[in-house]
Amino acid sequence: MRAIWFFASLAFTACLIGLWQLASATGLASPIFLPAPTRVLDALVAGFSSGAMPAKLGATTARVFVGWALASLLGVALGALIGVSQRARIYIAPSLEFLRPLPVSALVPIFIGLLGYSEQMVLAVIAFGAFWPCLLSTIHGFSAVEPRLYEVSKVLGLSRWSMIRKIALPSALPDIIAGMRVGLTVSLILVVVGEILGSREGIGYDILLAQRAFKSPDLFAGIILLGLVGYASAIAIDWLESRLVRWR
Amino acid sequence: MNQAAPLRQPIRAARPLPVDLRPFLLPLAVVGLAEVMALLFVPADSFSLAAPHQIAVEFARMLVDGTFLVRTLETLGAAMAGLALGGLLGLAAGVMLGLSEAADKVTSMTVEVLRPMPPTALIPLSLLVFGFGLTMEIAIVAFTTIWPVLVLGRAAVRETEPRLMEVAKVLRMSFFRRLTRIVIPGAIPRIFVAFRLAAAIALIVSVTVEIVANPRGLGYGMMLSSQALRPATAFAFLVWIAIVGWGFNRVLILVERHLFGGLQGDAR
Repeated sequence: MRAIWFFASLAFTACLIGLWQLASATGLASPIFLPAPTRVLDALVAGFSSGAMPAKLGATTARVFVGWALASLLGVALGALIGVSQRARIYIAPSLEFLRPLPVSALVPIFIGLLGYSEQMVLAVIAFGAFWPCLLSTIHGFSAVEPRLYEVSKVLGLSRWSMIRKIALPSALPDIIAGMRVGLTVSLILVVVGEILGSREGIGYDILLAQRAFKSPDLFAGIILLGLVGYASAIAIDWLESRLVRWR
Repeated sequence: MNQAAPLRQPIRAARPLPVDLRPFLLPLAVVGLAEVMALLFVPADSFSLAAPHQIAVEFARMLVDGTFLVRTLETLGAAMAGLALGGLLGLAAGVMLGLSEAADKVTSMTVEVLRPMPPTALIPLSLLVFGFGLTMEIAIVAFTTIWPVLVLGRAAVRETEPRLMEVAKVLRMSFFRRLTRIVIPGAIPRIFVAFRLAAAIALIVSVTVEIVANPRGLGYGMMLSSQALRPATAFAFLVWIAIVGWGFNRVLILVERHLFGGLQGDAR
């Protein structure tokens, strides 16, 4: 039964692509804006066979992953420190909540001023953007730990470190992963911003160049690749979640 | 004695002031430290950094001369127009997919593939199709806001009390009547939450689009002053963008509380 539905949804997607092809073939959609799927596929094949596309895809994916991983580590560590201490939460959390709705892309001009049009600038933007959701959900996860568990750990004479590692961290894990998931989405959004504004080689910069040259098949090829990176990362984090929170 | 002794002592038992000042200490310390560091290490004509007092002067100037007002209206206008378009599309799709399991399963792959698409990837495409201006920004905001509203709207519709649907069947209500009398009213509080979250996203996306490409609004104002090597102005824009983002979210949360009060998340 599941297989039938899978093929049905595959067929629906294929139908949409077919309609798209039909619209381009009949001239309903301008080829300048909406190239036929076959032309997009040609652009993808050409990009991959020349070796240019894999290199750019690799650069972009590496930036997303490094920035996100850095942000997650820092976010969890700092979030744990703030989250376990009621005192720290009272002093620090409101400031963090104030900064939460700030669009991180607004910081790009300032990062460019400090770090120039460099690789570090792109990484710093991604890491900074992915840091917030991870930090805030870690704080939330740690402050939502059942207070009795804290009391138990006190009775057992656990040190603060082993209390964090053995009791608070596992309990906060679902929140942490939720924050890391948002962080990954943010990283992907920001890698495009960083590449475009910093003129760094990658898929994000590539689609801007394609747009400027009116090469719409290349533009769509880039968008599809970025979408695939997003899709793959969503699946990867689902897998991570199912592995880590299996005991729930 | 009707007051039980608190199990855990609060950090400071007595609060002499009606307003808790403790959250303000950190920002004040940061600003103070930045001022000292700026005086010591940053030259007054720096191209990348500015002292807090210089930022404050620029902030006050733009607040008074209407720069902030004009640019904020441009950004909020685009964000709201995009939200209206994307939110309504997402809501229509979400209600449909919530009502029909078959439709949901058939479209699942399309939705799951389109949903994680980073909205910034669409900036060049939108630029190609619409050129610079309001339309390209609205298009990107709309695409981004479809998904949260779709997903949360679908979940809200699925929560409809099944017995009410049985009653509707007994009463031989038409599909449309069932929709407007039972499904939508029941889902309204959660749909509002969906729109509130989407509104926050819409604001972030419009500022981002303005930073990357579109010459209008707060994002462009910030980008322009940074490229003109006027860091004090750029930082003043940044502070204002933070205030707008925070204030916007606050207002939405207050409206939600006012409209739905304690009902939140309740199916009744």
